[in-house]
Amino acid sequence: MSVVASPAFIRLPVWRARLVLVALLAAFGVLAGRSVYLQAVDNDFLQMKGQSRFSRVLEVQATRGRILDRNGEAVAISTPVKSIWAIPEDVKASPAQLKKLSLALNVDASELEKRLADTRRDFVYLKRQISPEQAESVIELGLEGIFSQREYRRYYPGSDSMAHVIGFTGAGDAGQEGIELAFQGSLAGKAGSRRVIKDRLGRIVEDIESIRAAQDGHDLTLSIDGKIQNIAFGALSAAVEAHKAKAGAIVALDIRSGEILALANLPSYNPNNRGKLTGAQLRNRVMTDMFEPGSTLKPFTVALALEEGRVRPDSVIQTAPGKLTIANYTIHDAHAEGALTVAQVIQKSSNVGAAKIALGLPRQDMWEMFKRVGFGSPSELGFPGESPGKVRDWKSWRPIEQATMSYGHGISVSLIQLARAYSIFARDGELVPLTLTKAGMPVAGRRVITAETARAMRAMLEAAVQPGGTAPRARVMGYRVGGKTGTAHKQEHGGYAAHKYIASFVGFAPASDPRVVIAVMIDEPSNGQYYGGVVAAPVFSKVMQGTMRVLGVVPDAPMQPLDQPGEGQELKEGT
Amino acid sequence: MAKVSLLLLAVLVVCALGLVTSQHKARKLFSDLEREQERSRNLDIEYGQLQLEASTWGLHSRVQKIATAALAMHAPDPRRVRLVNPAEKK
Repeated sequence: MSVVASPAFIRLPVWRARLVLVALLAAFGVLAGRSVYLQAVDNDFLQMKGQSRFSRVLEVQATRGRILDRNGEAVAISTPVKSIWAIPEDVKASPAQLKKLSLALNVDASELEKRLADTRRDFVYLKRQISPEQAESVIELGLEGIFSQREYRRYYPGSDSMAHVIGFTGAGDAGQEGIELAFQGSLAGKAGSRRVIKDRLGRIVEDIESIRAAQDGHDLTLSIDGKIQNIAFGALSAAVEAHKAKAGAIVALDIRSGEILALANLPSYNPNNRGKLTGAQLRNRVMTDMFEPGSTLKPFTVALALEEGRVRPDSVIQTAPGKLTIANYTIHDAHAEGALTVAQVIQKSSNVGAAKIALGLPRQDMWEMFKRVGFGSPSELGFPGESPGKVRDWKSWRPIEQATMSYGHGISVSLIQLARAYSIFARDGELVPLTLTKAGMPVAGRRVITAETARAMRAMLEAAVQPGGTAPRARVMGYRVGGKTGTAHKQEHGGYAAHKYIASFVGFAPASDPRVVIAVMIDEPSNGQYYGGVVAAPVFSKVMQGTMRVLGVVPDAPMQPLDQPGEGQELKEGT
Repeated sequence: MAKVSLLLLAVLVVCALGLVTSQHKARKLFSDLEREQERSRNLDIEYGQLQLEASTWGLHSRVQKIATAALAMHAPDPRRVRLVNPAEKK
């Protein structure tokens, strides 16, 4: 029999309701699981998508540090400029607009058309490094596809007078020469970046995080004194011009602190406008050029002989008849003298005298002396391209070489090495470590000779600039000075060039308590005169006078005008 | 029970509004900060440019040229210079 059941009372099996419940719960579970998964576990993709809609990573630019001279005057500063670039495909300018653009950019319209014609490229510079105002006027034209971009450009107000010390920066504001390269690490800024939230209008509304903090480069204060540098550069230019020389170099050291007060080279260049540069212009001769110094090296041989007790300042050396032959090679004096004291050998710059003194010294001691005053190894400056000079191993010296080395032949040094080496005379026997950054305080040196020897050498070097010596033109009114001339044949193709000379002078002042060493080198003076005493010594005198005034050094000699010797009256030295 | 819930709801609304306002204020202040920082950067740049200008105008060679050419000045003769030691009393 059948059971008649009303629809309301149909009893469905309980499992069906349970099944539906479980299925629905499971569906919710899956949804919840998925959302947990997306929100918490594998959330990178969505995070990224979300952030790309509002968060931006911005670059924070850093500026390169300034370079200042010791008085705080800027000698190199980076300042922003704009570069104008275009996407050629997007530029749709009428000829009239193009004309306006060419006017605003100061670039030929035809040149612009040429650059914009290449539609395959996405990025074309129209003009680099223009002033922000000019860039503004270009952007105001409102042309499509033309943009401006901020860059930094380095300016050098000192122009050519400091070009070699400071050097310059190249692409990307990175140092390429000189101080700019040597101190790249501390001068360069590190660009940073940060993440921000931007709103619909592009305004930054929140700083989320600083990914990398931007670090501006550190300022650098040089030891160079702008005033002395200017005096040095001016005097050097005048001398190079007057003597029709190929090149010239000068360096001034404060021997108490080891600071380089001035360093100039000719020919020079304008670092703000490096359109066409030649290698000769770029060369920092003070640091990178090795040359045979000639007689400026005699004092070191004599100092060694004094130190070893082999001679005394008043020992007599026979230099007649003005030449000395050793193994087929004859050493000449410019003019024959008779018996000279050791002091007179320096004063009159006798090659024969110096050679005879050298031959009485052990080779190894002489070599060690040269090494200890810093020849043959680069200075501690770390300047790019610095030359170590050349001193051959003493074991390979033949007697004639030992003799010629005593007066500066067969050995190569740079001007900066020569100037530093003279600090042993100026500093009572200590070699001073050099610096290009401002120190402002005395520095400890390394003892090379005794104070007594240094004082004896100072007296001899002082006599060399007196009438009767080789460099009376080096004298400075109001100050006692000492120094030594050098005149050397230039080396060319492995031999000596007959009529090409290098004239040099190295000296210090005031002789009673030296403060400054100045070394001058004039390359190939070719206007008749070529002796160091005539060509280089007057530059020394002029620069030393100015330096003493700038530093405010108390005079140690009466203020009397110095009678300069007439043409050809001073003593010539052998080359 | 319902009273407590209502009270809590009111507190919640107030808190939510507070959050919104403070966020708004923070953003406003931030944009002010940003503006000031931009200004300081620009002033820095201007300072650099002015320094550059000062260095260029005050170039020793330029000063010397003007002093000798336009103003007919010259360095004093060392003989006419008297050094004074401030430590010394008359």
